[in-house]
Amino acid sequence: MKAILTFTRSRFARALVAGALGLIVAAILVAILNSAHTTWVTPGLEALGVQLPGQLLDLAFWAVAILILLAIVVTAFLSGFGMFHSRRMGRFWYYAAGTALVWGVLGQALTVAIVLFISYLTMGSDFRLTDGNVALAAIFSVIGFLLFSGVLTDWIQWIFGHKTELHHGAPEGEPEWMRYFSVDVNHKVIGIQYAVTSVLVLLVGGTLAIVFRLELSAPGMQLITENTYNTFFSAHGIIMIASILLGVGAMVNYLVPVMIGASDMAFPRLNAFSFWVSIPAALLIVSAMFVDTGFDTGWVGYPPLSTVGSLGIILFLLGFYFNGFASIASAINVLVTVGVMRAKGMALFRMPIFVWTAISASIIQFTATQTVGVALTMVVAQRALGLGFFDPTPVAAGVPVGQPLLYQQLFWFYSHPVVYVFVLPGLGVISELLPVFSRKPLFGYKWVALSSLGIALVGFLVWAHHMFVSGMDDSLRIPFMISTMFVGIPTGVKFFSWLGTLWGGKIIYPTPMLFVLGAISVFLIGGLTGPILATVPTDMHLHDSYWVVGHFHATMFGGFIFPFFAALYYWFPKITGRMYNERLGKLHFWLMVPGFWVMSLGQMRIGLMGMRRRIANYDPALGVEGTQILITIAALVIAWSVLIMLYNLVSSARSAELAPENPWESRSPEWVAPTPLPEFNFDRPIEVVGDPYDYGLADSKYIQTIPAAGD
Amino acid sequence: MNNKKHLLIVALLIIVVMPITYVILTAVYQLPIAASTQADSIDNMFTGHFILISGLFALVMVFMLYSLFVFRRRPDEEGDGLYIHGNTALEIFWTAAPLVLVVGFAIWGSVMLVDITEAKADEMAIDVTARQWSWSFAYPEQGGYSSIELVLPVNRPIVLQMRSEDVLHDFWVPEFRVKQDLVPGSIEVLRITPNVEGEYKVRCAEICGLNHSGMLADVRVVSQAEFDAWVLEKQSGPDPLSMTPEERGILWFQQFGCGGCHSVDGSDLVGPTWLGLYEREELLEDGTTVIADDDYIRNSILNPASQIVAGYANVMLQTYGEQFAVEEAKYNGQIDIIEDIIAYIKTLEE
Repeated sequence: MKAILTFTRSRFARALVAGALGLIVAAILVAILNSAHTTWVTPGLEALGVQLPGQLLDLAFWAVAILILLAIVVTAFLSGFGMFHSRRMGRFWYYAAGTALVWGVLGQALTVAIVLFISYLTMGSDFRLTDGNVALAAIFSVIGFLLFSGVLTDWIQWIFGHKTELHHGAPEGEPEWMRYFSVDVNHKVIGIQYAVTSVLVLLVGGTLAIVFRLELSAPGMQLITENTYNTFFSAHGIIMIASILLGVGAMVNYLVPVMIGASDMAFPRLNAFSFWVSIPAALLIVSAMFVDTGFDTGWVGYPPLSTVGSLGIILFLLGFYFNGFASIASAINVLVTVGVMRAKGMALFRMPIFVWTAISASIIQFTATQTVGVALTMVVAQRALGLGFFDPTPVAAGVPVGQPLLYQQLFWFYSHPVVYVFVLPGLGVISELLPVFSRKPLFGYKWVALSSLGIALVGFLVWAHHMFVSGMDDSLRIPFMISTMFVGIPTGVKFFSWLGTLWGGKIIYPTPMLFVLGAISVFLIGGLTGPILATVPTDMHLHDSYWVVGHFHATMFGGFIFPFFAALYYWFPKITGRMYNERLGKLHFWLMVPGFWVMSLGQMRIGLMGMRRRIANYDPALGVEGTQILITIAALVIAWSVLIMLYNLVSSARSAELAPENPWESRSPEWVAPTPLPEFNFDRPIEVVGDPYDYGLADSKYIQTIPAAGD
Repeated sequence: MNNKKHLLIVALLIIVVMPITYVILTAVYQLPIAASTQADSIDNMFTGHFILISGLFALVMVFMLYSLFVFRRRPDEEGDGLYIHGNTALEIFWTAAPLVLVVGFAIWGSVMLVDITEAKADEMAIDVTARQWSWSFAYPEQGGYSSIELVLPVNRPIVLQMRSEDVLHDFWVPEFRVKQDLVPGSIEVLRITPNVEGEYKVRCAEICGLNHSGMLADVRVVSQAEFDAWVLEKQSGPDPLSMTPEERGILWFQQFGCGGCHSVDGSDLVGPTWLGLYEREELLEDGTTVIADDDYIRNSILNPASQIVAGYANVMLQTYGEQFAVEEAKYNGQIDIIEDIIAYIKTLEE
């Protein structure tokens, strides 16, 4: 054990990793060169009438390719030893080979290779990818990633009886910024890792959306094939869900400990595990698009379609499954942290309101994720092991092997509540920021706090509204119709309390406040278009139509995307110490809000007219072409506005002027603490001496530092 | 200005904005024509919902925009807003008022649901079969013949008994408003009483794989007289036993939905076209080539996964052998469906 650890920390291991990374990069480069060679160079020369003897050109090409390959691998290998450190390229290989990310990805690739090789040994010349070996490779690849990235190292050492200390700060001998690429246990580092990954994954999902939105701007197939379309919309769904879960992780990790006056999360190693397990999971989902014919099941993966189709579906299902590990572990962490690590005097009804939404979301994640895990593994088991859970084929007269609808029940028991995991923290951001910018107390704090729990609990009893037309009996449809309508009540409490907070305030409008208001308007659209889906008769028309697409995107943008962007702007000065560009922020807002309104209302309009969801091609007779073009333009506007935000945040983080300590004059603990936040958040322990949102109450205080003994 | 005056202005504004919102909303949100009695009652409920949406939208947006404008911080102002913590009476009110509304809508929805799904006295049954990616409709009360278009007599209650042969599908005619998933292994029921003559389309509304967007079927709602004539024409059509194999080939092509994936005019669908297929040299996925003779076609229907033509996905249903056997049994083995299909393919020369 010790020998392995010493080896992995040696220069030689680093050089090996750098070399392996170099090999992957070089292989990609050679593949690109090869396709250029075969598609342009050879036919080009032939067209020019140049006659080269037989294999000469190919020989020359491969000589060059091998030279390039060798050069890159050798440079990378030597850079790993610390050579070429004066050159940018050398530093790149050196530092890249020290990151947990590169180690993990190499571990994942290596594990896949080993599993497939063993499979080759047993299958011999019949070797091909099967449900079985793909599933095994995917499962082991996640373990490979975790082992190589070092997330499990401490726990493995414990198994062997070695004690390990929590390591704070950058890895030994590395610069400070390497923390963000390493397995770090500090909740703020993990929060930022989550946030950056979330935005990157968001860009991947958004790019897919732009491609198929362009395809939909006219009937017929123009840009992509139907199979690519199906894979893209399926991937868009699950990739965005991964992104949103990462975004929720970002906000919850960065904010909850400091908001309750704690020094870190209760289980820092588990916290790192939650983040790092979502990386191989995300890689599995992305790779699912490229294996076999991709995956065309939508993000829901209903059998029997998911039990018979492409091998990519297996990778998608398992990627989804491993994402669940992150949810469950992270939820345990949040619940325990809030349970036992609150500062002195931080009674439950004195916590910042965001914490209430974080624990409501965590209760859902902690208790519902398992059922979708069961559903997903049952599909994989049916494919790889032949267990017929969802197989309707009769084994004897009238006795089917399995039941396809069983999957939908298990799936939605998680996948409905999980939308509240997405939106509750977002609604928490709205409730958190409104008092700050209205300079008024949050209206009805206890009602807002309990409405989050209310939404979480009602959310558990409504899943079957996703199955209103699936073949359920009226005796089930009616109870679920009633329970679904009840979701409107706690949601209404939130809206009215926000209005009460604004009323009589002294409101100011910096970018975060604009995004909060945009969120309220968009979430209002999403909320108001819900009851029409909850009543079964109207749902029988709207189910699986673009109305649902419009409604769902309005709830996700209003409940997560807009508040998440508000949060990025609002806490940006805390994280970076610098101020974002206000004019670019406002430009972002004024592009994105009208863009979203047009997109969402347009989607609902064509849904009413008969546009089905998840179709690559549509009937011109529906009369939806004009609206489709509008929706595509709106989507492009939204995409550009997000790019403006990224430019704003990146350039401001590098060179903007320093922000004041507490630019929003907030009373919240994270703003009262110094910037940047110390490793353990507060230099001295704090205690709560008042209510969190007593803006307008003279001489009131929320928290104060506990005087040290003897002061 | 005091609070009361503010509230009065907001109340007046809401009363003005509500109908304006409703007018704009119904201009943007337009339903297709309603062509069934179910659609007529469902559309009443749509109106109810649109009024609810307009009202609540106006309420929240007017309150919000008014606050944003009136309670904005002026440049010369300092300090914080009013110190108001909340108001329990108000909170109880805005919890209880929506409760009444949602319970009202839920009761309305329940009563309507029972009404539109109830069995009618004189309903006519039609069997609907879906498979990737085509529909077929059988008329058991008219002698059991099968059709690829759904022809319905106007004002006659219909009960659709629907089954799927492979994955989930969903029967949706937007003009009829109601939809229902088809689940393999069980028979799903949907009731429709079409009341406007016209031509519509069945649109599969549940993702069912590669050609989901193309899974459509024609629907014609016609007068009882036209329907009777259509039935007569179908019934007096020649008995399959007295047809030529080529004619029977066309019949099976339609009945088993072959056209969902294979064109007969050379256009490229999910599967290879049948135009000019016979004796054509096909390049297979594994790089070998094969001549499309009788044995190849028979094998491709019975074991579709064994010989995949290059450029096409392995998506064809594996159960045609069993389906054909059931059909062939009706004719005491005097018909070989695959032979008929091959005879039909032979006629499709380029």
